[in-house]
Amino acid sequence: MTVELRTAGLSTTIQDSGRSGYYNVGIPPSGALDQYSLTAANYLVGNPADAAVLECAYMGPELHFTESTVVAVTGADMPPRLNGEPRPQWESFPVSSGDVLDFGFITAGARAYVGVVGGIDVPEALGSRSTYATAGLGGLDGRPLAAGDVLPIGQSRSAIAGRTVPEDLRPKFSKDLEVRVVMGLYDHVLTPDGRKTFLDTIWTLTPVADRTGFRYTGGKLELIERTPPFGAGQDPSNIVDAPYPIGSIQVPGGVEPILLHRDAVSGGGYMMVGTVISVDLDVVGQSAPNTRTQFVEVSLDEALDARRAYRKRIQRLAESCS
Amino acid sequence: MSRHEVVTPIPGVFYRKPDPESPNFVKAGQAVAAEDTIGLVEVMKSFHPVPAGVAGKVVDYIVEGESVVDAGQAVLALEVER
Repeated sequence: MTVELRTAGLSTTIQDSGRSGYYNVGIPPSGALDQYSLTAANYLVGNPADAAVLECAYMGPELHFTESTVVAVTGADMPPRLNGEPRPQWESFPVSSGDVLDFGFITAGARAYVGVVGGIDVPEALGSRSTYATAGLGGLDGRPLAAGDVLPIGQSRSAIAGRTVPEDLRPKFSKDLEVRVVMGLYDHVLTPDGRKTFLDTIWTLTPVADRTGFRYTGGKLELIERTPPFGAGQDPSNIVDAPYPIGSIQVPGGVEPILLHRDAVSGGGYMMVGTVISVDLDVVGQSAPNTRTQFVEVSLDEALDARRAYRKRIQRLAESCS
Repeated sequence: MSRHEVVTPIPGVFYRKPDPESPNFVKAGQAVAAEDTIGLVEVMKSFHPVPAGVAGKVVDYIVEGESVVDAGQAVLALEVER
C-alpha cells in the first residue's frame, strides 16, 4: 500500500533510529530527533522500535491513505484530524481507504511523529531509511517530502487500533528546560567565571535551530588568555580541529552556543564546552524557538544512570503497548 | 463587512517586512488577495511567507515586527466581505 502527501507541512522527513557507524567519514547518524517518540509511534502500531516514521517539524502534512491500516501520532502536541474529525495522540487508531489525515496547529514541542503499520518502506541507505538532506542521503530521494510524494508502506501484519501510551509514559513539553551536560572536552578554555556563566545562564533558543544544530542567546563566556595553538586560527575560542560529538555545545567567540544534533557536521575548530547527555537529546529536539534552557552539569556516572533509567522507561513503554 | 484575523500556521519570529530596508508587506486600507504574503515567520534557519488566506482590506498588524509568535496566533486583521 501507499500513502500520498497532499501537502507536505513545513519540513516533513522520513526518519528511523538512525545510521550509525559512518560519523568518522562525515556522515552523521540522522534519525528521529526525539527517539522516545519514534519508539512510541512504532510500538503503538506493532512495528519494531526502529521502523521508519514521518517526522513533522512545526506543521503537519496532509496524508491520503489508499488502503485501510492503523496509524499513531506521538511527539509534539499537534492535534491529528481524520477527515476533519479529532483523533487522539499517543494512541493507535484505524484509517480507511480514502481517508485524509491532517493536523491542527502545534501547541507544544517541535516535532510530531506519524507511525504506520509496516513502517515507511523506502530503500535503506547505509543501513538506515533516515533522511540526511544535507547530503541527499536516505529517505525519499534524500530530501524532505513534498506535496504529491507517494510513500511505500511495508508489509503489514494485522494491527490493533486502540493501543495507548499511559499518561505517565508521555513526555511533557515545556518552554522552560533543564538539559543535563557532561562538561568538556574544551571547558578549560573558559575562565572559572566563564564556566559559571555557561551553567548559570538561562539561554534562549533562537529560530536558528534545525536538525543540524540549535543556537542559543543569553550571555558571553569569558575565555582564558592564551596564544591559540598552531593551526587553530586567531579567535580565542578556536581549537585545533577536533571531532564533534552529537550533543556537543560549541561556543564560537564565547557567544551564542550551538548545540549539535543528529544531522551535525562531524568535526571542526570551535571549542566544545560540554556535551548533552544522550537521553536529553529528545527534549532538545522538541524545543521550539524562545524555549528557555539551563544546562545542568552532571558526572559521567550520573549520565549513565540516566541512560539506564531511560532504557527502563522504554521497556515499560514496550510492555504497555503490547 | 466583518473582521477576519490572519493566523500564522507555524511558531517562530514574525517579520512585517521582507528585509530591514523595505516597507511592510501591507499597510492599513490596502486590498489583499488570498495568496498575497503579509509577513514572514523565521524558524529552522529559514523564512516562511504567511499568506493572507482570504481576500480583504487590511485593518492593521496585530503583532509587532520581530516578535515571537506561536502557531495559530493572529498576526494581521482584515475586513472581509461576508
